[in-house]
Amino acid sequence: MMRKFDPYPHVWRLPLLLWQGAFFVVPLVFMAALSFWLVKNYRMEPAFAFDNWERMLGRGAFWDAYWLTLLRACMAGVIASLIAFPASLFLAFHLTPQGRRFALLCLIVPFFTSFLVRAYAWQVILAESGPVNAVLGGLGLGPYTMLNSGFGAMVGYMTLVLPLVVIFQTWSLAAIEKSLIEAAANLGASPVRTLVSVIIPAAKTGLVLGAVFAFIMTFGDFVSPFYLGGSKPPTLTILIIDTTKSGQQWPRAAVVAIVMILTLFAVATAALKAAYGRRG
Amino acid sequence: MANRLHLTRRRLLQGAATTILATPMLNRAWAQEPTQINMLAWYGHAEPDIVAEFEAANNVKFVPKYYAGGDNMLALISQSPPGTYDLILSDAEFVQQLNAAGYIEEMDPSLYPFDDFFPEFQKFPGHWTEDKLWSVMVRYGLLGVSYNTDALTKEEAMSYNCFWNPKVTGKVGHFDWHLPSLGQISLLNGNKPPFDIDAAAWAAVQEKTLSLKPQVGGYFDYGGTFSSLKNGEMLAMVGIGDWITGVLEKDGAKVASVIPEEGGIQWTESYSIGVGTNKHEIINKFINYMLSAEGQVKSIQMAAYPGLSPNKAGWAAIQAANPAEAARSGLVEGAENDPIKLLREGRIFFRDTPKQQNLEDWNDFWSDYKSA
Repeated sequence: MMRKFDPYPHVWRLPLLLWQGAFFVVPLVFMAALSFWLVKNYRMEPAFAFDNWERMLGRGAFWDAYWLTLLRACMAGVIASLIAFPASLFLAFHLTPQGRRFALLCLIVPFFTSFLVRAYAWQVILAESGPVNAVLGGLGLGPYTMLNSGFGAMVGYMTLVLPLVVIFQTWSLAAIEKSLIEAAANLGASPVRTLVSVIIPAAKTGLVLGAVFAFIMTFGDFVSPFYLGGSKPPTLTILIIDTTKSGQQWPRAAVVAIVMILTLFAVATAALKAAYGRRG
Repeated sequence: MANRLHLTRRRLLQGAATTILATPMLNRAWAQEPTQINMLAWYGHAEPDIVAEFEAANNVKFVPKYYAGGDNMLALISQSPPGTYDLILSDAEFVQQLNAAGYIEEMDPSLYPFDDFFPEFQKFPGHWTEDKLWSVMVRYGLLGVSYNTDALTKEEAMSYNCFWNPKVTGKVGHFDWHLPSLGQISLLNGNKPPFDIDAAAWAAVQEKTLSLKPQVGGYFDYGGTFSSLKNGEMLAMVGIGDWITGVLEKDGAKVASVIPEEGGIQWTESYSIGVGTNKHEIINKFINYMLSAEGQVKSIQMAAYPGLSPNKAGWAAIQAANPAEAARSGLVEGAENDPIKLLREGRIFFRDTPKQQNLEDWNDFWSDYKSA
């Protein structure tokens, strides 16, 4: 006997599908098509040519930028997770629910201001004539070059992602059943053993998602490497800007963007598998 | 009668209040709306210090779209339908590309005061095709060595070799546009003119540029160039000139620009009329205003970045209005930094697009250099 078609659930799914279709799938398909177009006299002309792919993927500068961006995003994910974890443990286990809500609100506040403005503020702070070097100078150290370097870019990345990683981790840690931790202690497990064998596995989903979001956001960030890293060396986002500035080469920029999207899909898929996959 | 009008005190007050509240709207409707002029330009050209008085006197309103760099300008205009921009401020080397693509209209030379221009600028290369005029020069500036005066002496800065000076290792910045930086390295290699070079000279320019890499501290946009020079993060800057350091000097920063022995590069800004506009009369009036003594004084002292005057009226006017600025920028006949004198001595070369290579080749090398 055939089941009667029930439109009710489909009606509720429809807005999301339409939204994703109109604002994600269609632009993505257009961008893929654009990567095969050609530019003549600063005008894009529809075509189906592999010139842009050959030119971009055949350049050493592209692969240098790719591996640098990948490395920096991985480092940002790891560093942000490590810096965030002690703070998240404190927020999850040593604050009252009310205190935790207030702390999480404070972590959201930085997102009320433009990231570009915060990056400009870091330019002042990290400058050789800035307050950090002034303090270090008082201790007989420095001055150190922090701006226009990989360190400067990493400071920008942390400014961008750290609050978010703390929020992810805290939600995940706070959801752990406290009796599990008490049971581990009752069974004689040391605090370190409890952390490694109980807390981290139980909070794995939030920890992995936090790291993955840090990766995704830094992989596509333009502000940090440009305004704090001095474009030295360029990341993929800077390469996109350079490419579009030069003779309207949006099709070549589309090649870079597609490679970035494919990389992010691969990383996100692997991370989700790690986050939600069953252990052994 | 029910319909009879009773003028009570309340109704009188209501009527008065309604009249008062509606009056501004009536006034607005009666007043003529200002004519909108859409301008495509480098930052600063439609800011109040330049256009406010003209707007007030002529009931017009400038609506700017700002760009940074000729490539960026061509990209913006190619994405817009014809008639989007009434007035286009372009770097001189891109005027013929605008013309070839059909973005600008032919102009009538008799409408502009070319007789008052210095002879070198009366028929500026790239603005004309035979006797047809496509753009009118309004200002220019010189690119050379820009440096922190605490780090380098003027004598040291008088050669592009100062960028390799150990005193500025890791502190040499680039304005992030390939044309001025590579043009300066080309001058250092002895190529005159610097943008018309054969394959061997182009290879040598690339090699010389790559040798500068260990000295480089970063690549900056307009804002980043200002801040990195001002806060001392960069001690020397390739590809810029007084258009940046002139603003910083006024703020008290210890920076300066010189035209080195190997020569300098001239940037040139000029106005063209966008195809499809129907506002020719007011646009021509504005171009003439900018070429007048009053307009040139504003242009020379533009808040965003200073420029030099291509006509004698501008020189006389700035000498009268602000002698210190005239002396600082060299707009005094026979001064050490008199730009016309430098031009006549053969030390200034107009910025141009590469003549024997594709613009794309220069840009690709620039990307390679940045990631080297």
